[in-house]
Order: sequence, then C-alpha cells, then structure tokens
Amino acid sequence: MESSSFLFAEFLQQAFHVSPTFAAVLSLLIGVGTCVACIPLIPGFGSYLERKVSADIQQRIGPNRAGFLPFGIMQVLADGIKTLQKEDLIPAHADRFLFRAAPYVCIVGVFSCFAAIPFSEYGYLSDLNIGVYYILCVSSLMAVGIVLAGWASNNKWTLLGGIRSAGQMVSYEIPIAMSVVTVAMHFGSLSLAEMTMAQREGWSIGFWNSNLFVTLSFVVYWIAALAECNRTPFDIPEAESELVAGYFTEYSGLRFSFFAIAEYAEMFVVSAMAVVLYFGGFYLPFEAHLPFLQELPDGVLPWLHFIVFLIKVWFLIFLMIWIRWTLPRYRIDQLMDLCWKGLLPFAFLNFLGSACWMVLGG
Amino acid sequence: MVTTRSTLRTQEMLLNMGPHHPSTHGVLRLILRLDGEVVEEVFPDIGYLHRGIEKIGESLTYKQFIPYTDRVEYLASMNVNHLYCMAVEKLAGIEVPERAEYIRVIMTELNRIISHIIGCGALAMDLGAFTPFLYGVVEREKVNDLFEMTCGQRLTYNYMRIGGVSQDLPEGFVEKTYAFLEEMERRWDEINRLITENEIFVQRLADVAVLTEADALSYNITGPNLRASGVDWDLRRDMPYSVYDRFDFDVPIGKGERGTVGDCYDRYLMRVRETYESLKIVRQALDGLPEGEVQAKVSKVFKPPKGEVYMRAENPRGEMAVYIESDGSTKPSRIKFKTPSFNSLGVFNKICRGQMLSDLVAVIGSFDIVLPEVDR
Repeated sequence: MESSSFLFAEFLQQAFHVSPTFAAVLSLLIGVGTCVACIPLIPGFGSYLERKVSADIQQRIGPNRAGFLPFGIMQVLADGIKTLQKEDLIPAHADRFLFRAAPYVCIVGVFSCFAAIPFSEYGYLSDLNIGVYYILCVSSLMAVGIVLAGWASNNKWTLLGGIRSAGQMVSYEIPIAMSVVTVAMHFGSLSLAEMTMAQREGWSIGFWNSNLFVTLSFVVYWIAALAECNRTPFDIPEAESELVAGYFTEYSGLRFSFFAIAEYAEMFVVSAMAVVLYFGGFYLPFEAHLPFLQELPDGVLPWLHFIVFLIKVWFLIFLMIWIRWTLPRYRIDQLMDLCWKGLLPFAFLNFLGSACWMVLGG
Repeated sequence: MVTTRSTLRTQEMLLNMGPHHPSTHGVLRLILRLDGEVVEEVFPDIGYLHRGIEKIGESLTYKQFIPYTDRVEYLASMNVNHLYCMAVEKLAGIEVPERAEYIRVIMTELNRIISHIIGCGALAMDLGAFTPFLYGVVEREKVNDLFEMTCGQRLTYNYMRIGGVSQDLPEGFVEKTYAFLEEMERRWDEINRLITENEIFVQRLADVAVLTEADALSYNITGPNLRASGVDWDLRRDMPYSVYDRFDFDVPIGKGERGTVGDCYDRYLMRVRETYESLKIVRQALDGLPEGEVQAKVSKVFKPPKGEVYMRAENPRGEMAVYIESDGSTKPSRIKFKTPSFNSLGVFNKICRGQMLSDLVAVIGSFDIVLPEVDR
C-alpha cells in the first residue's frame, strides 16, 4: 500500500517539478497539519456523544439549547469557546515549567499515534513496519504527562491521582502488549496496514475462520484499553468523587481542555487499534465476497473504507461510553489485582494457546 | 539489602478532605493522616453548617418552630416534623385524631423511601456509578409531586402541626400514591438489578469498614446502620409510636451476605430492603385510612404545662430524638436534638483505620450522613 502523503508527494513532483526531497517533506507537513487540525474534532464529537448517550442512559435529554442548530450541536463549540476564555491559572507553589509542559506531553504522545493508523487504503501518514509497537510506545507518553501534571501541581489530590495513574497505566500496558503480540504472531506482521489487508478475506469483522485465541485476546485488550484510557470502571486517576478531579484538579482553561482532548483522542486511538487488530480495519464485512465493490468508480472505495473505519471506531467509543455510565469504579488495589492476577496470566495463556493453535492447526 | 515496605523511608501525609469535597455530602471536613493511600487516622471536623436551630427555638413559640425542624434534616423533613410534633403533644397531652396519625405515617414512610433512594443513589455515585442515582431521582420526583399536592412544598414541607396535620389529603392523593407504590416497586427492582448485585459494586463495599455489634452499641449507632451490624432493633416495632403497632412489616437485619456482618455492603442492603418495607407500610396505611378530623383542638395561644419531654423516632438515618423543656410559657426554654448522623460520624476513626482513601468515600456514603443534621 502507498500512503496518501507518498502519493501526494508524487503529485507535487509531477505538477510543480520540485525536487523529490522537497516534495516529500512538504507533503508530510501538509499531512501532519491536516491530521493535527482534524484530531480536535474527535473530542468535540466525542464529548457531544458522551453527553447525549449518557443523557439517554440516564433518562435525561442532554444538551439541546446551545446555538441555532438543533439537538444542541453547538454545545461543542460553546464548550470550546468557554475553555478559551478561562483564565490560565497556575497555582502559587506549582513547578511552573513542568505544570505548563505536562499537557503538551500528553497531547504529543496521543497525536503521534495517528501517524500509523490506517484509515483507508491511502488514508495514513506512514506505513510503519512496527506500527503496533510504535503506537504502544508513544501512547504511553500520556502516562508521563499525567504523572507530571499530578506532581507539578503541588497539590496532594493531584499527586495521588498522578501516582495512581502511573501505577495503573504502566501495569495495564503489559496485558495490552501481550494481547497485541498474540495478534501480531497470528498475522506475522507488526504493520497495521498489513494486518488490515490480511483480514480482507473472511468476515473481516472478527475471526470466523481462524484462531480462537486471537478473538479471546480481544477481551483482554478491551479491558486493558479501558484502563489505559482511564475510563470507568478504571477511572481512578481522575475519580471525581474521591480525588476531586484527580491529576488535572489545578488546571483550567486551554490547558485543561488539552487533557480532555488527549483523553478522547486516546479513546479514539485504542478503538482504532481494536478495529485494526480485531475487526477487519477499514474493510467492509464480507468485502472479498462483494464483487460489486470493485466496480465502483475510481476513488469511491477508499472513501467508503474511510467511512466504514470511522463507523467501527465510533461504535467502540460508544461501547466505552456505555460502560462508563453503567458501572461503578474499582479501587486501586482491586484494579492491580485484576491486572496482575487476572488479565496478565490469562493473556499469557492465551498467547501460548494461540501459538499451539498455529503449530497444530497449521 | 532487599527494599521492602519496612525499610523504605516513607512519610505520612496530612490530607484535608473537605469541606468542599465532592463526596462529603455537604460540608463535612475530614482531616486524614495517610500512609500512601491507607488511612491511618480520621478526624472529622464538624460545625460548618451550624445554624443554631436549637437556640433559635428558644425565642420562638412552639408552633413557630415547626418550619425549623424541616431544616434539621432536609432529606427527611416529614420525619423530623413528626418527631417534634409528637414530642410537644406528649408534653401537653394532646390526643391526635386517628386519620391524622395515619396521614403522618404515610408521609413519614414516603419520606423514608425517598431518603433511602438518595442514600443508595449517592453511595453508588460516590463509587463512580452515576446512573442509579438519576434513576432514583425520577422516583423521588413523583413523591415530591405527592408532597407538593399535599402541602405545597417539595423539600421543606412544614406539613405537620401540633395535634395533627396542616390540611387533609387532597383529592386524588390516595389513587396517585397507590400508582406510585406499584411503579416504585418495579423501578426499585430495576435499580437493584443495575447496581446491587454488580460485582464491582459488591467488591467495593464488602468487608469494608466493618462495624461490630459491640462497637455499634457502644458508639450509639442507630437505625439501618445498627441493624446492619446484626442488632435486631427497630423503634417502630419494638417501642411503637404513632400508629406503627397496627402495621405488619419486617425489620431487615445485616447477615454479612457478601462479606462480614456490619460492612458497608450490609449497611447499603439495609436501606434497599427497608425501602420495600416502607412501601408495605404505606400500602397498609392507605388501605386502613380512616375518615375523620385531621387536627385536634389546640388553643391559639399554646402553652404546654411546665415539664420536660424526651421523644424518640425511627428516622431514615437512625433514631432521632428531641428533648424539650417547658417553663409553662408560649416558648420552650430548651430544645435539644439528638441526631443519628452525629453518632455515625463519631465511629469513623475507629472503623476507617487501615482502609484505603477510596473506601472512606464508601464509608461516608454507606452511613448516609447528612451534615445539617450533625451541626443543626
């Protein structure tokens, strides 16, 4: 597969006769710029969805007043403008440099993940051959940002939130990695694009024709992913009824909204990973058995794939919201028990099971 | 050398929880000594909501004080109304008409139901489950509508009077209450399916902050919190006041179903089950509601004889009592409330040691503490 930035570079080269290096750099910059500009739409839509879904679950109506558009859609914009207007407060005894740096660390870590996500055949910035590990690595920057925020605020509640988060995110990265390894072994690749393409045959929404253990590893992945995103039932770093607001208690205005953006973007990233690893990426269900798809006009199919991908991802995000508004939250020690005594052994056994399946089942 | 917990140099942390903390149910301030997240000591600092209600009572007539009793505990105003009126009636030897007694029982039990709804809902909310609370609030609104029909108020009712109630039940009240009972039973089952048997919820509450029978008795814990510790005592059954002796209801006792007797889960379960019992009582009271007057004859200038009275009642949070001293004038010379949440707060330091910070939130919720009642 060729990435869109690569194609765009070729186009620039031919159209404007610029040097290949310049074209490549320019196209990458444009690609990254587009990505960075679009990612803030995710928390916008995410927070609206969260409000509406939670309202529906709780027999409320949710936002329905803001602006001239129906269903309170403008609420997203209103929230954005509101956070822009807030005073940027830094507590008196905070570590000013770290306090300011923390939101950026969070947001850089999450935004970087988007480079490797294949939205469609052409819709990605870079087809990294270690894409899965790249995402796992850069997304754990978020933990660093949260710990920094918790520490730099010089507040005991944020400190507790930061420490909890450090323990939680470091622990839950292991089951995630184990379940990802299971999938990677099954596909024989670490590239997200290749994994997706391997799922074109079959249902491409699961694994009907292949490894049972890979499907099981989704359970581990999903539970750990909830913890990785600090979502209920694992939202203990920001448990509002225990730690006031956890690590971002002292943040206001745009810095606060950076954490919110990072949180929703992280939800998007782990859901996108789940879609690529377990639900056939951007392919339609039964894509290989739908010949008419190949007869579509040029350029339609990639866009169709792009939409399919987004639908799948947003469904998983909806699932997260659904879980959040249904379940209570774990305590920190119970959460660690679940990780180290439950998920991790299960993930290891699953890994072994998958290996055996591959050897025995051919 | 192996670094273990005992060889690491650690430092205790002094943490100030409240008075503006989201889950201290009002303005409670807890000063905590923490070892990491483990609570070493809890020191409740109360008084942020002190309004001097008892002192105010000394400068008001007996009848004028009734609205203030609403404010002693705003989540169960009817119960406090009832308690105060009963105390004054006992002092003056006033006979309350039977219909008024039945109406009072209906009102106090309805108020107990909505108080337990808030109690259980707030506990779930403190543990991170927001939805059960809002499910409960839907039902609470219906009771508020009933109260509004009756006395025009939705929170501080000021409905009961010395010698009766302020007005008879409005038209349609009985039918609407029957309808509510039907609906509530179904909805309460639904809310319980959502949260009570939830594994995470049970894990968070079972074996947490166990209050033994001996401790409960020596710290004068009352009501559902006492029964959760396994003590079979309910004032409504064992020392019946008003017309409670005419109703048939069970008193749920803590059995330690998912953990130890007297843990947070037991305290929560008591409230869940008492709600069903209250529904039963309201139904019986409606069935047997007699006709007649709702207000005994009480002179306009009300002067009880000289003396003192101590009256107890089983309120949603435990036994509340009021002591009134009369010097024979129109105003009481002393009013004193004994409130259950105050005693519950006293036992915190004993049972919270060694629990996690997160458990503390569950403990506050499970005791269902209401701060205006502590401070008065």
